[in-house]
Order: sequence, then C-alpha cells, then structure tokens
Amino acid sequence: MSSQALARELRASWAFIERNFNFTKRYWKWELVFFAYTMANSVTMGFIGKGIEAFSGTKLDTSYLILYMLLGSILWGYLSILFEIVAETVAWERWEETIEYTFMAPVRRATHLLSTCGYAILYGILRSGLILVVVSVFFDLDLGRANFLSAAGILAVSSFSFVGLGIVAAVLPLISPEKGVQVVHIFQALLLMFSGVYYEIDVLPVWMQQVGKLSPATYALRGMRASILEGRTMPEMWNDVWPLILLGALLLPLGLMFFKRMEAWAKKRGVLKRSG
Amino acid sequence: MADALLANNIVKAFKKSRKEIKALKGISLRIKEGEIYGLLGPNGSGKSTFIRIASTLLIPDRGSISIFGYDSVSNSASVQRMINRVSVEASFFRKLSAVENLCFSAGLYGIPRREALKKINGLAERFGLDLKRLKDPLEDFSRGMQQKVAIVRAFMTEPKMLLLDEPTTGLDPRAKRDVQSLINDVKNTMNTTMLLTTHDMDEAEKLCDYVAIIHLGRIVASGRPSELKKQLLGKVDNPSFEDVFLEFTGMSIEEAEYQEVESA
Repeated sequence: MSSQALARELRASWAFIERNFNFTKRYWKWELVFFAYTMANSVTMGFIGKGIEAFSGTKLDTSYLILYMLLGSILWGYLSILFEIVAETVAWERWEETIEYTFMAPVRRATHLLSTCGYAILYGILRSGLILVVVSVFFDLDLGRANFLSAAGILAVSSFSFVGLGIVAAVLPLISPEKGVQVVHIFQALLLMFSGVYYEIDVLPVWMQQVGKLSPATYALRGMRASILEGRTMPEMWNDVWPLILLGALLLPLGLMFFKRMEAWAKKRGVLKRSG
Repeated sequence: MADALLANNIVKAFKKSRKEIKALKGISLRIKEGEIYGLLGPNGSGKSTFIRIASTLLIPDRGSISIFGYDSVSNSASVQRMINRVSVEASFFRKLSAVENLCFSAGLYGIPRREALKKINGLAERFGLDLKRLKDPLEDFSRGMQQKVAIVRAFMTEPKMLLLDEPTTGLDPRAKRDVQSLINDVKNTMNTTMLLTTHDMDEAEKLCDYVAIIHLGRIVASGRPSELKKQLLGKVDNPSFEDVFLEFTGMSIEEAEYQEVESA
C-alpha cells in the first residue's frame, strides 16, 4: 500500500471512530438507560453472591463470591458491547438508510470493520470501568490479591476473538435484512448460557461443556477470575490464554474473509440496500 | 470525447417470493465525458437497478459496466474513487448534524478535515445553504434542504461521474427548481459527467444532453431530446416529451407505471 493510500485509509478509519462517538453523544439519553441497566444488573449479581451464604446456611467466602459474580457481570458487559457494536454495524447503517453510501465509498472493508471494532473496545473499556467504580461503592471489594497486569492481558487477548466473532455475526444483518439482527441476539444469549458467565462450566451437562469450550468468553472469564481473585500471572493461566490467542488468530481473519465473501453474495442477490 | 460510462448488455433478475423478476433485460448504453445522460422511465422500469450496478452496489447477472475504463465489478475500488451519487432519499444519519455527516463522508473518501470544512463551506454557500444551520441535526431540515446537503456531499469528493437517481422526486416545486438549477449550474461550470434517472419528462428535456427511454427493463429509444421530438413531426403537432414517451412505449408514463407495478 502506498503512503497516500495508507493516509486515505487512516482518515477513513478516523471517520468511522468519530461518527460512532457522535452517535454516542447524540443518543446520550439511551446511553444513560443502558448504563443504569447494566449497573443495576451488576449490583444485583453482587448481592446474589452476598446472599448465597444465608441461602445455603453454610459459612462461605462471601467476598470471593461477590467478586466472582461481579467479574462475570462486568466482563460479560464489556464483551457484549464489543460484540453488539461490531455485529450491528451493518444493521445500524440499514436503519439509518446510509448503507448504500457507506458501502459504495472507496474504503477497504477491513478498515471499515476494524475501525468500528477500535471504537467498540475504547467505549467498552470506558463503560465497564465506570460500572466497576459505581459497583465498588456498594461492596467492600477485596482486591489485595488481584494481578491487574494479567487482567489487562486477558482483556486484550479476548478482545481479538470477540471482535472476530462480532465480524462473523455482522454478516447476518448483511445477508438477511429482516431476520439478521434477531439471530445476532439469539447467538449472544446462547454465548451467555454456554460460557459460564455466572458459574463454572463444569456445572453444565457434558454436551453443553463441549460447546462452551468453543466460546472465547469461557476462557476470558476464567482467566479474568484467576487474575483478579487468585492473582495468577499470564504464564500460570496458559491453559486459558492459548485458546484465546488461537480463537483470536482464527476468528479475526476468518471473520473479515467471510464478511467480504458474503458482501459479494449480497451484491449478487441485491440485498445491499436501504430496505430489505 | 472519451467514454465516461460504457454498459454492455446488462442483465439483472431478482428472486422475490420464489418469483423471478427481470429488472434489466440487456441494457447497453454509452455516456460521453461531460455529458448529462438521462435515463427516463416509469417507477419499476429498472433505472435504479442500473444506477446501483454503476455504483458497485449490485453485480449484474450478465454483461458489464465500465466507468472511465474501469470495470465496476472487477475494479470496483477504482470506480468508487471516481463516482458519487445523489439518490431519491437523501440518506443521512438523521440525529447527526449536516457538518458531522459531511465530515464523515469526506473521511471515507480520504479528504483531510481542514480541506473538507473548506469545501463544505464553499459548496454550501454556492448551493444556497444557510451556513448557520449546518450544525443542526439533519432531521430538522426540510426534504429540499436535505437534498441540497446530499448534493454538497456528492460534489465535495469531486467525482468524475455523478449518478443522480431521481434527485427531485418528492420535492416541492421550489426545492425541485432549486435542485434542477444546481445541476444546470454544475453542468456549466464543472466537467462532471452525470447520469440522471427520472420519470419527469420536463426535467429530462430541460437538463439532459442525451436521453434513453427504459421500459420493462429494455431501452426502447435513445437520442438527443430534440432529435427524439423531431421523429414525431408529422404525427403530432408541436410534440412534447410526453408524446415521445407515448410513441416509443405505446402508453403514457402513468399507464407505464401501473404496468410496471402490476408486472412486479
């Protein structure tokens, strides 16, 4: 790529990031609604952890349980944002009726999608961080053993695989204007169920455990809990790190390739337009 | 003059509820550089399908379109750098302001921010847009104003070829006249080639150097507006462009629109 072409792609990349930021700014009331909902959900999960001792009647490490549930809720919140923003990027363009203008612009599809992912990561980290701050007011969190460096490493590695998964899911609204977004949400709900967001996947039936092993969220959640609750380092968590690296290395390029192929299919079928 | 657009035997069919709809049945046309070429036909005649193929948004089943020598399918990136479009719907992010929308478009075409703002101000002034209102959300703009912003968006990228897909449909008479005079103004001052689709006979006659009449996915007549009218001399007194359409399709534009809807 020539330096001129690179400069063009960088400007296009910034245009996508800036546009998404403008969206967030303009829809701030909805942002507030989603923030309140996620925050309430996380606090509820924390209280469930706190209440287990009274419910079971046995002495438990309540602080560990609270943090276990909160980590599940906050990390799932982050991964969901990443997945949703990327997966719904085509659906948004269709709702706003701008899809034809964006897809006829001289921008590489990788630039388009990866810039959207970049914004999603920044936004996701900021929102999850804010939720963590709010939630910490409600609970006396013991973070004495936490290894924040490992936690950041897990967050970074898992972001790649979730971005890849989001790009694969973004194909659905591209090829099916009417049903695509609905299927994306079903897929997201199934990820929540199979990935052990609020429990270890060992409690699931064997066949569900096998499916759970294919989800990057399973390893991300396990790795995050190991780094915050037990203070483990990245090499100590290698069994969870390598699947995340592998899934990221596979899902990201495969997602981009799959999207490009399905875009050509959509252009043949005539579904790359404002309305279905 | 060099060829700006060359379409060769374009065929496109769509499947809708197990039924095949043949939108284009072998369209061939040639547009010369600097020309305003009118593709004239009723709703559903295949005009927008043709524009979407030229815009690289649709791949034809058969045939090819090249724009300034680049194939719209195999070399779509080169084509995309040379074209832009104004369609019947202005198509903006409604909650974002005109400037935010235009800066986004400029970014997609690799235009630096400072240059984009300069172009936006210059074009907005030239096209009669109130500069103070450019920071308002697009949803607060009238349809006519939105269409003017769409024209600014298209010209900001300095396209060699502009695809105008019914840009005046649904506008009130004043906004329609404004947009038409903008097109005329551009024709007189810039060397942009334009493909204009319309079902407005007067508009086609007023703006176009050359027209083709498309009916049921086929081109049934083409030529300079004055030449097409001349062919009716002796058959009709003082022929209008409505008469030209009637002569070549066997029906009025209203009847043709009804027929196209029925056949779809």
